[in-house]
Amino acid sequence: MGLTKQSTGTGVLDSVLRIEHNIPGSKVIALAGNPNVGKSTVFNSLTGLNQHTGNWPGKTVASAQGKIKHKGISFTMVDIPGTYSLMANSAEEEVARDFICFGKPGAIVIVTDATCLERNMNLVLQTLEISDRVVICVNLIDEAQRKKISIDYKELSKELGVPVIPTNARSNYGLDKLMDAVYDIAIGEPGTRPVSITYDDEIETAIKILSPRISELAGGSLNARWVALKLIEGDASLLKSLNEYLGLDITKDEALLELLDTVKEKIFNNMDPGLLRDRMVSGLVHMAERICKRTVHFQDAHYDNMDRKIDRILTSRVLGIPIMIGLLAFIFWLTITAANVPSEIIASFLFRIEEHLTAFFIRQGLPGWVHGVLVLGIYRTVAWVVSVMLPPMAIFFPFFTLLEDLGYLPRIAFNLDNFFKKACAHGKQALTMCMGFGCNAAGVIGCRIIDSPRERLIATLTNNFVPCNGRFPTLIAIIAMFFAKSHLGALQPVVSTLLLTGIVVLGIAITLFISKILSKTILKGIPSSFALELPPYRKPQIGRIIIRSILDRTVFVLGRAVMVAAPAGLIIWVMANINIGGYSILAYCTSFLDPFATLIGLDGSILMAFILGFPANEIVIPIVIMSYMSSGSIHELGSLIELKELLVSNGWTWVTAICVMIFSLMHWPCGTTLWTIRKETQSWKWTIASFLIPTLTGIIICFVVAGTARLLGLGGFQGL
Amino acid sequence: MNNQYIPLNSLPIGKKARVKALVSDGNLRRRMLDFGLISDTLVEALQKSPSGDPVAYHIRGAVIALRSEEASQIIVEPTY
Repeated sequence: MGLTKQSTGTGVLDSVLRIEHNIPGSKVIALAGNPNVGKSTVFNSLTGLNQHTGNWPGKTVASAQGKIKHKGISFTMVDIPGTYSLMANSAEEEVARDFICFGKPGAIVIVTDATCLERNMNLVLQTLEISDRVVICVNLIDEAQRKKISIDYKELSKELGVPVIPTNARSNYGLDKLMDAVYDIAIGEPGTRPVSITYDDEIETAIKILSPRISELAGGSLNARWVALKLIEGDASLLKSLNEYLGLDITKDEALLELLDTVKEKIFNNMDPGLLRDRMVSGLVHMAERICKRTVHFQDAHYDNMDRKIDRILTSRVLGIPIMIGLLAFIFWLTITAANVPSEIIASFLFRIEEHLTAFFIRQGLPGWVHGVLVLGIYRTVAWVVSVMLPPMAIFFPFFTLLEDLGYLPRIAFNLDNFFKKACAHGKQALTMCMGFGCNAAGVIGCRIIDSPRERLIATLTNNFVPCNGRFPTLIAIIAMFFAKSHLGALQPVVSTLLLTGIVVLGIAITLFISKILSKTILKGIPSSFALELPPYRKPQIGRIIIRSILDRTVFVLGRAVMVAAPAGLIIWVMANINIGGYSILAYCTSFLDPFATLIGLDGSILMAFILGFPANEIVIPIVIMSYMSSGSIHELGSLIELKELLVSNGWTWVTAICVMIFSLMHWPCGTTLWTIRKETQSWKWTIASFLIPTLTGIIICFVVAGTARLLGLGGFQGL
Repeated sequence: MNNQYIPLNSLPIGKKARVKALVSDGNLRRRMLDFGLISDTLVEALQKSPSGDPVAYHIRGAVIALRSEEASQIIVEPTY
């Protein structure tokens, strides 16, 4: 597929394999499964907070690892990418297959969805072909009960020859039994007798001819029958992996090659390997069908009527897109109206502490610059970051996670796919954009779900047009300050919501527009194939959502912001307080940036803040505030109203506010995101492109907006 | 209408059909096979997206959305 090692995710696998060797005495357990079967919930429930994951743990885009102790044994759970198959059709499947094959897991847990078991059976059977250390976890049994689907687990276990454990990970049901089964398999001999998939006679004969020689070559480290199948099918990526992980180049073995040639010629008459694969898949599908017919019973033939009814509304021709925008706007409205009050409470609390700190420093007789650096520089910036960021995040994240948990996000991709097709991009780009709401770096990693390299690059280069959680509070704070109650009365929350929704919709429109331009210029091509599963809707677990979204996302993001804010606060203070020739360094910098910044509706301090905010966008507004305050106009700020006065006294108008919001939406990605793009694309060219594209777009749009406002004499531009 | 083969994208919403052939090859064909779309698999057209394309299909207990380009490469025999 022309993909580099890192971009296909095998780089991730490398680290997984290394970790295994680093922890002697800890058994590695692989967690596999189709996408959308609640695999992450199983993983989270088992490992609790004892895990290290990426920025957006809701969806598995790279392998996450966690630890769990059961019966005195410590296990390392590895959450491998969700896939439908192990035939290495995509980067994820290759990672999953390689880990199952070569990662030497003590046990493999395959998480399946009780409501569509047959669909999951493909992966189960393919895994059983490779390994006998398998436990089947039939998850979401509460949903199956609700839909009156009954499953004979004992019979299923007998059919498959491995343990089958019913679970409901969201309420922790069955997980103990699951770990018991994992324990039994991982410690000592597995004692399972996995079902052997029988193919048609020709394929079976071919396997019999090839497998003895493969056994001789590979020893006990691989399932010879399975490798024989892959040889017949001509799976080049497996041969590559065999060489890479086992140092085994079986294509160099003359005896085996001879046998393979005989098989291809005599048995299959040099048939197209693609057709052979069809026959193999048919074997698997028929087997799955047979097993499920015997073990799964649908008492209600219309078990999924409710899902279809909901789909008919949420993806309807007339209502689909309005409902989508309405939901987004509703969450924004809740965030904006509810974040105001806690923001002010936190701000006034933290600034009371600042007074105490100041008093303490004076009592101790410490020099003024120590107080300046620690309190006015570091503490104050961190305090601003916390009070501006925390409330909107703590409100927005749980609601967004709720939509994710309900199964609504794939419907967004379904609704929007045609727009992406017209932009010659992939419908799954809508999903990577949703991930971008959480963190653009996670969104960029999420682009791995798009198979076509061209479309993946488009999604990567445009992900930054979705405001991440670092920029959301910036947007919300500006809206809250600038479109304050005094101006608009009761309409204020409505106007704020519309503004924020408008900004996000603008981001989506720009994404489509830029995708189209890319498709017509440097990334020419036609849209590739698109197939997306719309999983069943699920009853969300409210408590779990709140805990996870606050712990995982809010605390993580806030922590990162604080870590970046502290040194940035220090730099700002130092720059504002070291004078050369009567002016501070900060003044030199801002006045240097000022002419250009004014041209695009900002000012020197704002542009400076965006530049200093490169490590993390969260700190842009706090730096703007610090920079204005250091010029000495106002020193005590308790509320957003006072904050607004500070901005206005520094020349902000509503046009400035709009331009800052647009520039926040469209400027260079943060350091983490750029670094991730470099890693994912393996190319400085595309990293630079992903820097320039949003930046130039933002500059052009801000220039047009500011210029138009100036021409029309709007917004009192004389201040700037 | 029986015994008449049509591409899946012309199957009306709410109607069912049996897969007769896949005309795609390479990666797309593998994807289709992953969904269990082998000969004689029953498929139902469920729902169009707001702009008419893609369309959601019921395939072996799962709901899969396919663009018309992909669906047109699946030849089916309507069961109505």
